[in-house]
Amino acid sequence: MKAMVIKEFRELVRDRRTLGMLIVMPLLLLVIFGYAANFYVSTVKTAVVGPQAAQTAKMLPSFFDVTVTEPAGTQADAETLLRDNKVDVAFVTGKTPVPALVNGSNLFAAQSAVAALNKVGNAVKTQVLYNPDLKTSWVMVPAIIGLILTFIGTIITSIGMVREREAGTLEQLAVMPIKPSRVILGKIAPYFLVASVDMIIVTVLGILLFSVPFNGNPFAFALGAAIFLFVVLGLGVFISTISQTAGQAIQTAFFFLLPQILLSGMIFPLEAMAAGVRWIGYLLPLTYFTMISQGIMLRGAPITALWLPFVVLTAMAVVVFTGATLRFRRDLAPAGPARPAPARPAATGTVSTA
Amino acid sequence: MTYSVRSATVRFGHTVALDDVTVEVPAGSVVAVVGGDGAGKSTLLRALAGEVSLDRGTVEAPPRQHLGYLPASSGSWAALTVTQNIDFVAGIYGLAGDELAARRAELLDRASLTHAAGRLAARLSGGMRRKLGFVMAIVHRPDLLILDEPTTGIDPVSRIDLWRLVSEAAASGAAVLMSTTYLDEAERAAHLVVLDRGRVLVQGSYDQVRAGFAGVVTQASRPARAEWSWRRGRVLHEYWPGAAPSGPPAGTTAVAPDLEDIVIALSLARRNAVRS
Repeated sequence: MKAMVIKEFRELVRDRRTLGMLIVMPLLLLVIFGYAANFYVSTVKTAVVGPQAAQTAKMLPSFFDVTVTEPAGTQADAETLLRDNKVDVAFVTGKTPVPALVNGSNLFAAQSAVAALNKVGNAVKTQVLYNPDLKTSWVMVPAIIGLILTFIGTIITSIGMVREREAGTLEQLAVMPIKPSRVILGKIAPYFLVASVDMIIVTVLGILLFSVPFNGNPFAFALGAAIFLFVVLGLGVFISTISQTAGQAIQTAFFFLLPQILLSGMIFPLEAMAAGVRWIGYLLPLTYFTMISQGIMLRGAPITALWLPFVVLTAMAVVVFTGATLRFRRDLAPAGPARPAPARPAATGTVSTA
Repeated sequence: MTYSVRSATVRFGHTVALDDVTVEVPAGSVVAVVGGDGAGKSTLLRALAGEVSLDRGTVEAPPRQHLGYLPASSGSWAALTVTQNIDFVAGIYGLAGDELAARRAELLDRASLTHAAGRLAARLSGGMRRKLGFVMAIVHRPDLLILDEPTTGIDPVSRIDLWRLVSEAAASGAAVLMSTTYLDEAERAAHLVVLDRGRVLVQGSYDQVRAGFAGVVTQASRPARAEWSWRRGRVLHEYWPGAAPSGPPAGTTAVAPDLEDIVIALSLARRNAVRS
């Protein structure tokens, strides 16, 4: 028994990744949950439009953080601000009672706003747009689509890649006349297709089972999903380059997956998180895919209104995929480029590597 | 055509895996690399295959299109059938259609794998898997065939099959470089390279290696110097580097050294020289 315990400790000390998980993960979970696990939204971004915009803005309680005041604005302008996710609440002055439009796709902000508006009484007529019944499933399904893509992209892909290394067939591929980029593309293409089919199934099921609306352009949605898939597939390839076994790949993928679930705004609203934790959320690809999927599905937002998450995801795809490909190339072609030797005819020239 | 590794030095951190090694592999012949664990056999093969960067020296090898490589691992994809494995590799080398079908049938027949063509590689015996790996390495008729311990861990019958396939590949003009831990097997090669801790102890044909061996190997039930002796069956052999071939030390019986004796004797000579 003593020998077994000593042996187990020795193995554990040498397995830095598991050791890190045992020590760092509880600390991370404590800190992240402590600062991120907050459903209470203290302020909501607010627009006030219409002839009495300036006066109304001054009268609103501090909970309504007025970021837009447009005396010349109309209800259509207010709806555009909500659709483009610029604000959570918009007051349209000039009518009695004053219409207060609430962005239902930001669930927790909307719930807080509706509660605050109910206290105002009959002076305001509250209307929740994009998720009138404030259903959790409506905001969760678009985010879960991203989570499923993340799962396939990171865990399944990295395991598939690492399997080559474990079986020794990566060594075989390394000496074959096939470019590393083609190996990567050939390896991830099936996962890309499977993830795409999964995405379609989950989206359709979400619509059928939970009556989640799809108000926007499906092509814009597909484009966002494709870019996001490249990011997470790149992460999967990257994880495979720093893992020797499937177990290590799963552990590492878990490190990438857990923050996406907790800090992407999928469960806890980003605006309710402490600033020290929130910035992590803004580094995660799922944060931006959720912005796109909720924007297109619930609010029918056009691609022009979602340019920021599209640009960020595209930049992430380029950086992650390039980095992962370079690391994978290094694994596949450690000897570097070969050059022809003079002793061999050109048609089948020998290579000489120094 | 002769392929080669010249004055090759490879370091992994502080470990010198190859130290100024030169090996030539002529077309149509089999060169066997022998040596103990950590001798540098796999590194030498991987250097010629272009998988390992040299710190010093040069490699002359054909382009990848004309290179066949069987790694020390299984060399096949476990979740693919025998046929699918061959087709995948052949496809990368540009073989398709009738040409591929004919080549596949020929190789499966020669490797006695025809009956297992539809079986998953994961369900093959160790010997069958190595034969499949070999078939995949030669499916495109490479000019240089590199085999990393193709017969390790497989039964004697499969070893004979594999050696037949290796000989056929060499007879058809391929230059073959293979590593092995079986010295009886290495004796069959046209050229032997004996490695120890990254250095070439001796190389040449079997006859040249035997002829060039200096010193005497004796046999006794109890050795005079433990650091110069090793067990062969029920007796102990002992190496006397400086002794004249005609005069074994008193109380011992000289034996004609085979390759195993020569490899062990030379390895002991180097290690004892390093210690002193």
